[in-house]
Amino acid sequence: MGHLSEEVLNKARILLEVYPNKRSALIPLCHLAQGQDGYLTPEAIIEIAELVDVTPAEVRGTASFYDMFHLEPVGKHVVAMCTNIACMLRGADELLEHAQEVLDVGIGGTTQDGQFTLEEAECLAGCNNAPCVQVNHRFFGPLDNDGFDELISDLKSGKLKDIVPEHGVLNRVERQHGLKATPDQIQAERDVMESAKKERLAKKSTS
Amino acid sequence: MSEKAVNKNLPIVSKRLGLPDAYKLETYLATGGYDGLKKALQMNPEDVSNEVMKASLLGRGGAGFPAGRKWSMLKANPVKYLVINGDESEPATFKDHDLIELDPHQIIEGVVIASYALGVNQAFIFCRGEFALGLERLQSALNEAYDYGAVGSDIFGSGFSVDLVVHPGAGAYICGEETALLQSLEGKRGYPRIKPPYFPAVMGLYNQPTVVNNIETVSNLPWIIQNGGDAFAAMGQDSSAGSRIFALSGHVKKPGNYEVEMGKVTFRDIIFDPEYGGGILDDLELKAFIPGGVSAPWFGPELLDLPLTQEAIASKGSMLGSGSIVVFNESTCPVRAAWRISKFFYRESCGQCTPCREGSGWIEKIMHRIETGSGRMEDIELVLDVCDNIAPGLTWPPKQTTICVLGPSIPSSIVSAVNMFKQDFVDHIEKGKCTFGK
Ligand SMILES: Cc1cc2nc3c(=O)[nH]c(=O)nc-3n(C[C@H](O)[C@H](O)[C@H](O)COP(=O)(O)O)c2cc1C
Ligand code: SF4
Ligand code: FES
Repeated sequence: MGHLSEEVLNKARILLEVYPNKRSALIPLCHLAQGQDGYLTPEAIIEIAELVDVTPAEVRGTASFYDMFHLEPVGKHVVAMCTNIACMLRGADELLEHAQEVLDVGIGGTTQDGQFTLEEAECLAGCNNAPCVQVNHRFFGPLDNDGFDELISDLKSGKLKDIVPEHGVLNRVERQHGLKATPDQIQAERDVMESAKKERLAKKSTS
Repeated sequence: MSEKAVNKNLPIVSKRLGLPDAYKLETYLATGGYDGLKKALQMNPEDVSNEVMKASLLGRGGAGFPAGRKWSMLKANPVKYLVINGDESEPATFKDHDLIELDPHQIIEGVVIASYALGVNQAFIFCRGEFALGLERLQSALNEAYDYGAVGSDIFGSGFSVDLVVHPGAGAYICGEETALLQSLEGKRGYPRIKPPYFPAVMGLYNQPTVVNNIETVSNLPWIIQNGGDAFAAMGQDSSAGSRIFALSGHVKKPGNYEVEMGKVTFRDIIFDPEYGGGILDDLELKAFIPGGVSAPWFGPELLDLPLTQEAIASKGSMLGSGSIVVFNESTCPVRAAWRISKFFYRESCGQCTPCREGSGWIEKIMHRIETGSGRMEDIELVLDVCDNIAPGLTWPPKQTTICVLGPSIPSSIVSAVNMFKQDFVDHIEKGKCTFGK
């Protein structure tokens, strides 16, 4: 232990509490770890495994199934560009080509200065703003070449740092109510509802 | 354009999408928020179910199964969990995205109403992981709802309690399939489960009876309880009751989400009416359109006057599906469009079934070489043959050879493109390049 920060661990404790089964917290915990480090480090994977009570191989094997989890370091800004059908019809392929030139990286690559990782994405459900781009999972679009260049320069200058946080989609998600109804409470309610139902049925059959 | 009766009740689910700050409790309450829930809690749970049954509300996730029937399928077996499907990743579908970001309280209210009707004390909203802002808005709305007493213990003093958890996905289209979604919610890879059991109501989350409903489906519930199931059923046509959000994208002047009364509007209306799509981009001719998400077979301009109902679209050999309409104008290369869709399926196949895993790869490869001009004339037959191996007979609806319907959805766009635009395939092959300038 000791890799995940106190802040992440506090959030993790709440998550472990709200699910009926610890393992369900695995994916949210991976999001939190990725928020801290930008990708899933081997140390974080080991700690998550301990927290949810599975082997590190299971955490890694599960995380690797999902597109959002990075198992290698990425740039400060992950630029995901949709080229699926609605965006394609609106010039996404041309925009992606432009992006590769401007950033001087291929798809999946990270710029030398570590600022940008470029990804080709499937539909991001932003097709009304096609072609649509996400930077660290914040939406931009519709974008033409000039709009893209402006976006990149705003990201570089730090102008968008409030809109585009570093990594992790759960960093700003705070569950304030970690309490579950107790099993006794639920059972008592079920009993009450059950007897009320019986009563109603009894009434129906006599009337 | 056809005659349209003005319906004062519309919109139902999308009414707050244009309001500033609609995602905050204050705005929600000022616009009738949580009144449906308060009313539901005064009713018997069975009566709440009955209203939904009367409303004939069809599921909005793609399969169109009646919500009321799903809820009452297993009377003997009390439902333990309610899971809301907000994984929205069907290409060109973006209605749940707006509902999540712009009106999260309506979803929460719907979830609590459904939980009460089902007698469920634990519910989950599975929100697509890429919706970072959506996750933030959902969770803050949930915090507000707990404070307000609309979720948690003893809701509004009724004695009914339900806990609600917002759960993030992590980027996998297949997790929209309900059994894959449950696997993912259990902290595993999103592999669809082998059927039977066909319904999570038999064996769902942690092997307990579970109901899975779509975001838009539950967003309708506050209105239905407030206004009655009959009022909802009075709108629409045939079994397609009420209204529905259609996501319009591609070559239209005004892409967007438009809520319309089912059956009262045609494809021509939604594409050309200034109130909706506003016509074809660059004023070119319409070439074709996809009526219900990329798993659906394509339609040509001759079907523009079809009304938007599940039956009408099914009768012409396609489906309403997720309610997403993609418009192609005459500048569209149909080979490229079909190739791109096949690439999507190739990337998103979970890999459990051989026809889907191998077939999607083959189809993508062959389509890519035709599109880029390296195809051979035999490739047209070959690609159809591979499609036939995934869904024998290439009929609609497709035959099932795999664990889930992702596999059998792959051939739709290919078969449509070949049937409707065969000459374009031939031209690509003969000229050795894309004839649309790519
Ligand atoms: C490959 C595949 C992807 C799906 N994606 C979604 C999705 O993104 N959202 C959704 O609500 N339903 C999706 N579905 C349908 C769900 O399995 C399920 O039918 C639906 O969530 C049930 O909710 P409803 O009855 O309210 O429509 C998908 C199904 C398949 C086979
Ligand atoms: S059909 Fe495809 S996506 Fe569905 S379970 Fe089989 S391999 Fe996975
Ligand atoms: S097709 Fe690009 S966001 Fe949907």
